[in-house]
Amino acid sequence: MSISRRKFLGWMGAAGVSLTVGQPALAAGNKHFTGYPESFGVLHDTTRCIGCRKCEEACNKVNELPAPERPFDDLTVLDNKRRTDAGSYTVVNRYDDIEGVDGPVYRKIQCNHCLEPACASACFVRAFKKTEVGAVTYDASVCVGCRYCMIACPFNIPAYEYNEALTPRIMKCTMCYPRLMEGKLPGCVEICPKEALTFGKRYDLITIARERIRKFPDQYVDHIYGEHEMGGASWLYVSGVPFNALGMREDLGVIAASQFTSGALASVPVIAGLWPVLLTGIYAVSKRKDKIAEQEKRQAIKATLAKASADAEAKVAKALEQADLKNKRLIEVEVKKAVEQAKANNAEEGS
Amino acid sequence: MSEEATAANQSVFNPFNIVAGVIVLIGIVLTVLRFTGGLGAITNLSNNNPWGIWISFDLLCGVALAAGGYTTSAACYLFGMKKYHSAVRPAILTAFLGYALVVLALHYDVGRPWRLPYPILYQQGTTSVLFEVGLCVFLYLNVLLIEYSPAALEWLGLNTVRKIVVKLTLVLTIFGVILSTMHQSSLGALFLIAPSKVHPLWYSTYLPVFFFISSIFAGLSMVIFESTLSHHYFHDKMDKTHLAESSHVTFGFAKAACWIMAGYFTMKVFDLSMDNDWHYLGTSYGIWYLAELLGFVALPCFLYAVGVRDKNIKLIKWTAFWTVLGIIVNRFNVSLVAFNWQLPSSERYFPHWMEIGITVFLITVFVIVFRFIVRRMPIFYEHPDYKGSH
Repeated sequence: MSISRRKFLGWMGAAGVSLTVGQPALAAGNKHFTGYPESFGVLHDTTRCIGCRKCEEACNKVNELPAPERPFDDLTVLDNKRRTDAGSYTVVNRYDDIEGVDGPVYRKIQCNHCLEPACASACFVRAFKKTEVGAVTYDASVCVGCRYCMIACPFNIPAYEYNEALTPRIMKCTMCYPRLMEGKLPGCVEICPKEALTFGKRYDLITIARERIRKFPDQYVDHIYGEHEMGGASWLYVSGVPFNALGMREDLGVIAASQFTSGALASVPVIAGLWPVLLTGIYAVSKRKDKIAEQEKRQAIKATLAKASADAEAKVAKALEQADLKNKRLIEVEVKKAVEQAKANNAEEGS
Repeated sequence: MSEEATAANQSVFNPFNIVAGVIVLIGIVLTVLRFTGGLGAITNLSNNNPWGIWISFDLLCGVALAAGGYTTSAACYLFGMKKYHSAVRPAILTAFLGYALVVLALHYDVGRPWRLPYPILYQQGTTSVLFEVGLCVFLYLNVLLIEYSPAALEWLGLNTVRKIVVKLTLVLTIFGVILSTMHQSSLGALFLIAPSKVHPLWYSTYLPVFFFISSIFAGLSMVIFESTLSHHYFHDKMDKTHLAESSHVTFGFAKAACWIMAGYFTMKVFDLSMDNDWHYLGTSYGIWYLAELLGFVALPCFLYAVGVRDKNIKLIKWTAFWTVLGIIVNRFNVSLVAFNWQLPSSERYFPHWMEIGITVFLITVFVIVFRFIVRRMPIFYEHPDYKGSH
């Protein structure tokens, strides 16, 4: 019994391993989604940003977000590093003391609107959608509030209304999707006084970014952040300093988030299809083993019984034989006795 | 029976009732706070740390430690190890209550709990690992309810329904193993989507396999551990068969757990080599990783082997406890310690006492319900009317 258990566990282990190892390459295939062809994006040129926070203000206004604790013209807010939260879809951070640069560099943070968004892949009610215009939108009317999108997002963008008791939402930049639908620019792009933000077709933005880097190789790092990061994003960045100096991770790789889980998900049909067969098989084997053991037991008993009865018969026969002999002798003795008796009687009568 | 008689003579203010009562009262207060003030009112969760101990402990550990249900029933009904039969009912009950508690705990954690059926009934996000978890946990909870139900039906004397349910045993057991394979593994797969956030020592493409394999020895160890506690508190409820088979179960499960842990350990070492993460071992994360791998996997694996060889039941029981602890350490490591490891310590998460309060409250509810059921229903003994009719 214990051997079959071990064996089985070995199979399960082996099967599990081959499933997860085998799948990712297969699931990934040779397709690479490069975004909807005519979709829009925004190019953020950090060399032009002056950290005026006008974009934050415009964002707050057009999205009707709650009024901030400190006013938008209070630039001391920039003394701390911030991230997006339930009250702000976008924030600007200041990065001081960067090697080889005089003065601070500013960077605007908001949803990057990935081509294959981690949040959309992770959402179990499909609340997120990569629209054809490029914006990743969120539908609060189906959201359960599990916050797996926040776990999944490599850029730490989605925020949650932690202080809403019963109707908390995920809060995140929509790339001003409703405004785009009306033919308007995103609020932040429209207000930016330094043209640090350029709105356009993503394809054109990449050309513009390349052109700037080519024309001014001393001013720019030769990389367009967001072109390939995590499979590419609709927001793109160019910078005069290494991106990690601006708090942007350079170790994210170029694989879209959905590819990391596709292998594990691909094991579902294998388990659903093969496990019942394997388990029923194991059940059948153990049942059959029991049955055979039972049969063998019964046969053994039968054989023993048969042998015993044969022995017994032989014994009885022998006993009978002996009994016969004994009887015969007894009879003979009795007969002899009787004859003698008769003789004696006759003699008595004769005398 | 004698215990009930004494319990009736005792006042309701016995130590168990007082402690449980206080915890439940605090739990109710915290529940009110949660559903009036939101998660922000009683948790330390933040935008960077959206999942806390309600996910790490209540969900990840809860599900792993409830794995005794599918392992025991598979051993008994599928692999034909009938000598473990008396262990099936306690294991199924533990699993059923465990999963029920997991689902209850999720009602605290998600923003709009009444929408929990949405991913199944309303709009399915099939690309999400969480969808797989949700669907499997939902289905498996139903399977466990049906698997557990004969005990309740015997108690209620509903013989006809019971007969039908008992006939389903084999199908339910197979279905249970399938569902468990899927959701035990996909709880690990949840973290696959964030390679940039999980420390490389714990991040692995094998995470789903690790979670599944470790759930098996977690389940086996939990059966041993739970039986130790039950023998202490519910000894009078156990019939001769249960008591006689108990040491069989302990040695058999210890042996199985030992082998599986050895396999798990080997896989972990392979994983370390394949990702070439050796250089991390010198860091503080590396030391903690080694503490987990050597202290909570290799050590109990060895101790189980010694315990089985020497027929040392005491050692096995302690090892089971240690293994259960090790599973908790592992799940916390993946979901909290290794998660967001690159953030500065000021932005890391540590649970608020009220979060721990809710978890303690839910465990207390588990114990109260478990106690209620095993005192009334045929869990540790066979119902006299249904002896040998399984």
